[in-house]
Amino acid sequence: MASSRPSKPSAPQDLMVSDAEAASQAVNSPDLGLTGWVRWIWRSLTSMKTALILLLLLAAAAIPGSVYPQRSADPNGVASYYKNNPELAKVLDWFQLFDVYGSIWFSAIYILLFVSLIGCVVPRTRVHWRAMLAEPVDAPARMQRFPAYAKVTSEASAMAVLDRAEAHLRQGRYRVVRRKGSVSAERGYIRETGNLIFHFSLMGVLVAAGLGGGFSYNGQRVLVEGEVFVNNLASYDSFSPGVFFDENNLQPFSMALDKFEVDFDLNNSSNIGTPLDFRAFVTSKLAGGEKRESVIRVNEPLEVPGAHVYLTGNGYAPVLTFKDPDGQIAFSGPVVFLPQDANYTSLGVIKLPDAKPNQYGVLAFFYPTKEQLETGAFTSIYPDPVDPLLSMNLYVGNLGLDGGVPRNVFSLDTHGLDQVAGGKSGTKAVMLKIGETKQLPGDLGSVTFNGLKRFASLDLAYNPGQVWVLLFAILAFIGLAISLSVPRRRIWVRKFESGFEVAALARNDDPRLEDIVANLVEAIAPKKGN
Amino acid sequence: MTDVKLDLALAQQSLVFIFAAMVVYTVSFLIFAWHLTNIASNKGSGEAISTKLENIGFALFGFGALIHGSGVVMRGIAASRVPWANMYEFSISGAFVLVAIYLAFYRLRDIRIIAAFVNGFVLLILGAATTYFYVQVKTLMPALQSYWLVIHVTVAVLATAFFNIAAALSVAYLLRTSPRIASSTKKFVVGARRVLDFFPAEKTLERLQVRFNAVGLILWTFTLAAGAIWAERAWHRYWGWDTKEVWTFIIWVLYAGYFHATATRGWTGRRAAWLSLVGFTSVLFNFTIVNLFFKGLHVYSGL
Repeated sequence: MASSRPSKPSAPQDLMVSDAEAASQAVNSPDLGLTGWVRWIWRSLTSMKTALILLLLLAAAAIPGSVYPQRSADPNGVASYYKNNPELAKVLDWFQLFDVYGSIWFSAIYILLFVSLIGCVVPRTRVHWRAMLAEPVDAPARMQRFPAYAKVTSEASAMAVLDRAEAHLRQGRYRVVRRKGSVSAERGYIRETGNLIFHFSLMGVLVAAGLGGGFSYNGQRVLVEGEVFVNNLASYDSFSPGVFFDENNLQPFSMALDKFEVDFDLNNSSNIGTPLDFRAFVTSKLAGGEKRESVIRVNEPLEVPGAHVYLTGNGYAPVLTFKDPDGQIAFSGPVVFLPQDANYTSLGVIKLPDAKPNQYGVLAFFYPTKEQLETGAFTSIYPDPVDPLLSMNLYVGNLGLDGGVPRNVFSLDTHGLDQVAGGKSGTKAVMLKIGETKQLPGDLGSVTFNGLKRFASLDLAYNPGQVWVLLFAILAFIGLAISLSVPRRRIWVRKFESGFEVAALARNDDPRLEDIVANLVEAIAPKKGN
Repeated sequence: MTDVKLDLALAQQSLVFIFAAMVVYTVSFLIFAWHLTNIASNKGSGEAISTKLENIGFALFGFGALIHGSGVVMRGIAASRVPWANMYEFSISGAFVLVAIYLAFYRLRDIRIIAAFVNGFVLLILGAATTYFYVQVKTLMPALQSYWLVIHVTVAVLATAFFNIAAALSVAYLLRTSPRIASSTKKFVVGARRVLDFFPAEKTLERLQVRFNAVGLILWTFTLAAGAIWAERAWHRYWGWDTKEVWTFIIWVLYAGYFHATATRGWTGRRAAWLSLVGFTSVLFNFTIVNLFFKGLHVYSGL
């Protein structure tokens, strides 16, 4: 922010001189030598103009991260970019445009900015410290060259003039010093204090964010009603740790999803089916054996030692039982169906590698409140299960699960499989209501729709740095507010033979400077008749 | 949140009030414009008539603000919540705050001259809001059900209003100090120059612009920090370079740059004024383009 290079604090010009000048003087000097060059580079780097240019660069460099999908915020976006424009994506990736905020060029800018900041702020702290301890500087020789100046003829004695000046300035909370024939005063030291606090706090934010990120982790887990999550790496569906993360740091606790509730609006015509509230009722068991019941909402995560648990999504998990023709159970349990629209038309995949006589896969749609369209296709018209229907397409063939290649549980690669129900197979899809059992075509056995549960997608995150980031952010805010709102002023009053003169100087443009001089003059020598 | 009653009839009334306010604002805008042309053509023996016109303009502007404010309040009552949960509501509330802040500083003689700019801009916002952003009243989606909706958004609106007034002052400053306008002999420009002569002095414009931007930056810093605190609750992390976060950051950095410029020799004056405009353009970009066309978590336009 504001700033001149620290030079001698006593000279009044130091309030106005900019670094650019200091730097340009260095450029002009003919023989620099190595240390000269190092000094010149350091000075240039820590100058205000450099800070300004780095700030503008930083703003510009941040833009592409909002244009191209970022791996950190939108990994699927990056994947689909690669799919749609594979050639261009490679080029963009080479320039780190999918990882802008961790890229070499973005990092280079902010690191330079912070080096420049340190180089500027540290010496200024020293200067400010000295200024705080020092008395206001002597009245300068030629006061008339200051932005606010008044010369008044007065017959009052030197003693009276300076006494009144001192009293008036002290009342205005100036730091005042009386010297022979003059008074020097200064106020608003806190402006620079605030400015320094602001800049140091920004460093604090950066360090806390960096370290905190290193020790942090976040993981995702889908939990169906009745299931229990135990906090260890194997329990997470996906997990991304920071660079310093250590598995042993995972706090032991477990959490059961007892019930999941959703309220959808049925009252207001403009709003039918809009979700009003999501509630996950959980029972957590902490390391000490302590049991705790709580409700997780969208803006209200569960806070347990070592993690915050957030609610990020929800949907239906129909409970299904598949039996082989001989009555053997091939699969039984709840299956997570991912919602595809606002009315929770949901898509689920069931793979039955152990089914006899043939492996088969199921691609199923779930409609909480079914409605048949004119085309014959189904859709859901309301998100609550008012009239639920499950529709299944069946595929027979090798599911590819035995090769040891990891497969996405939420998608079925139908390539090479033989569709035996639904679509163009010639056999109708298998339709089920809750409680129904149907025979599967092609002598695959039977399926039962036992019941309906809901699931909650949970995000577990831990970041020990965020409290510190918040603390430094608050400090930075306070510092900034002070440095932008408190004026810093110097005022001098000097007595001479037939009167006195007053001059004032401000660190920044100060509209009240002339009024202040006028008021001071009035306080010292009131005009007659007033 | 389960038993919310939306009042659609009242929402309709609110819209009527917004349209009525636009009509009054149009009249006050024409009067402010007339006032400026009067100055330009040097008619009506100077200040007397001119001042009267300006006063009538302000009276109407204030009257329009009352109707506008009532419309905003009715929208809030109709929805049983704060009236800024989608782009339409944010626009009408934001425009109202802009008018209110501008009128609150009415006593500062020096900013009266930009009345036509502010009035015109408010009309533009309301026009865009009613034409492009309008949506029926809806309940709050769960992600928005938080007291941070009140804190974060109120402060964001205030910050935007201060940046906006500062930007208008920057435009005035740039016109006033333009060497091209100063040296032109074209008839139109000569008239415009006469208007510009009525503007506050360069120094005053510059100073006011810095002041408004200073308040804007303090409020924007708060908006950013409050947004991060809310993001930790609603989006599971305090910062994640979401598109909205990116642009809020860009704006913050630009205004930080602006304040460095005001203290750097060679960058004060016109360059700083341009930076102030670049900053405000980013604010507008963040509100319109980023809201409507960029993919991100901050998808609350309701469109």
